[in-house]
Amino acid sequence: MTAERRVVVTGLGATTPVGGTVPETWDAILAGRSGARTMPFDWVEKYDLPVKFAATLRTPAEEVLSKVEIRRMDPSAQFALIAAREAWADAGMPEGDPERLAACIGTGIGGVWTLLSQWDNLREKGPRRVFPLSVPMLMPNASSAAVSLEIGARAGAHTPVSACASGLEAMGYAYDMIRAGRADIAVAGGTEGAVHALPIAGFAAMQALSTRNDEPEKASRPYDTGRDGFVLGEGAAVVVVEEYERAKARGAKIYAEIAGVGMSSDSHHIAAPEPEGAGASRAMVEAVHRAGLSPKDIVHINAHATSTPVGDVAESNAIRRAFGDDTDGMPVSATKSMTGHLLGAAGALEGVLTILALKNRLAPATINLDDFDPAIRLDVVHGEARKLPEGDIAGLNNSFGFGGHNVAVVFTSV
Amino acid sequence: MAQSEQEILEGLAEIVNEETGLDTESVQSEKSFTDDLDIDSLSMMTIVVNAEEKFGVRIPDDEVKNLKTVGDAVSFIAKNQS
Repeated sequence: MTAERRVVVTGLGATTPVGGTVPETWDAILAGRSGARTMPFDWVEKYDLPVKFAATLRTPAEEVLSKVEIRRMDPSAQFALIAAREAWADAGMPEGDPERLAACIGTGIGGVWTLLSQWDNLREKGPRRVFPLSVPMLMPNASSAAVSLEIGARAGAHTPVSACASGLEAMGYAYDMIRAGRADIAVAGGTEGAVHALPIAGFAAMQALSTRNDEPEKASRPYDTGRDGFVLGEGAAVVVVEEYERAKARGAKIYAEIAGVGMSSDSHHIAAPEPEGAGASRAMVEAVHRAGLSPKDIVHINAHATSTPVGDVAESNAIRRAFGDDTDGMPVSATKSMTGHLLGAAGALEGVLTILALKNRLAPATINLDDFDPAIRLDVVHGEARKLPEGDIAGLNNSFGFGGHNVAVVFTSV
Repeated sequence: MAQSEQEILEGLAEIVNEETGLDTESVQSEKSFTDDLDIDSLSMMTIVVNAEEKFGVRIPDDEVKNLKTVGDAVSFIAKNQS
């Protein structure tokens, strides 16, 4: 039997509420800047939404893409394309057989803007005024299709959909494709463009969102006793993953290795996390095990930590359950305190931030942590970034989604 | 109110520019929508519907296939404007 194929990350791309690119985003994260802001849209007052702020893109897509690209793609696909172009360029636009190149872009919700704007067109102007590209724009696979068209990927274009775990699951899917020999290189990540009245009203109705309308930048406060829900974000994050020998042969810059992926499902409740964290902990244990590591090797966790009262505690329990006393040696960052919750892009963005934390040997500080919740049994980095050790290090990224989807990925320094 | 063929051509060029990003100057009477301007059938339907609204005409679906060039569309609109 031949040696196992290793999977490394050779390019990064992102457009987020704190930066239009990966370097801008990382700088903002280290500076502790929040991307949450009051929404300037007329529909916030029109529908009297109980939540009046969101973490909207720092650099609007209209400033980056052409008029025709904006017109023919839903915001979710626009954001994915922006991130994919950055990642692909960052990887040096690697040449190779298109039939060995894949695109895996997950999304939680898909083309909600298109669906609802065309529904308005139908009701107000009739069927002839429904845009002919409505269906290919609103379908959830529009983003992976757009990225496959952009880079010429013919090994497969895939769209894992697992709510807020989608982006990280897409990275896991690409990892599996390369490990299984179905592709040598893939562009993988997640996207979401759902800062729209309907998802906001829906999340608000289930009391999932923070209503701290007078202080948007303080609203996302994972692990703080004053947390009252998540802050809806938008954007996309994407990585280029590549089979290690191929990357080495072409002299690619290697950010990190995807060393192990773990996935599980709770079968507990359609929206609530299983409170003891059994499913989530199984995903974490599996990721570490598949990486051939032990819990002591994990020196950093980028937690899912959405800033909901229940979810943050459930994840803390799950981490303890997975790693026991070794948890004490794992500084945890909750970067949603700055970026907000990008739903289907969240896991991909936090994957990118975990990779950058390992690369730069710095675990980012969690902001808005003024009064630490004693129910949280984690070493949470706050105040200032924490230096990570020299030598070979490993970091874990967690991502969970409505429906009981749990994804954990272990990245290692290369 | 009926418009001159020149006015219709200019209006149509704006619609094509909006849909495809092509320069308005490249939208000339003798240009074929498919062969010269590379406009696919989906974009053509959007252009037709926008032209109906802009010029106050009805362009039936089975008429669209006869509109091979920009000039064909301009003539049809001019003839059918009330």
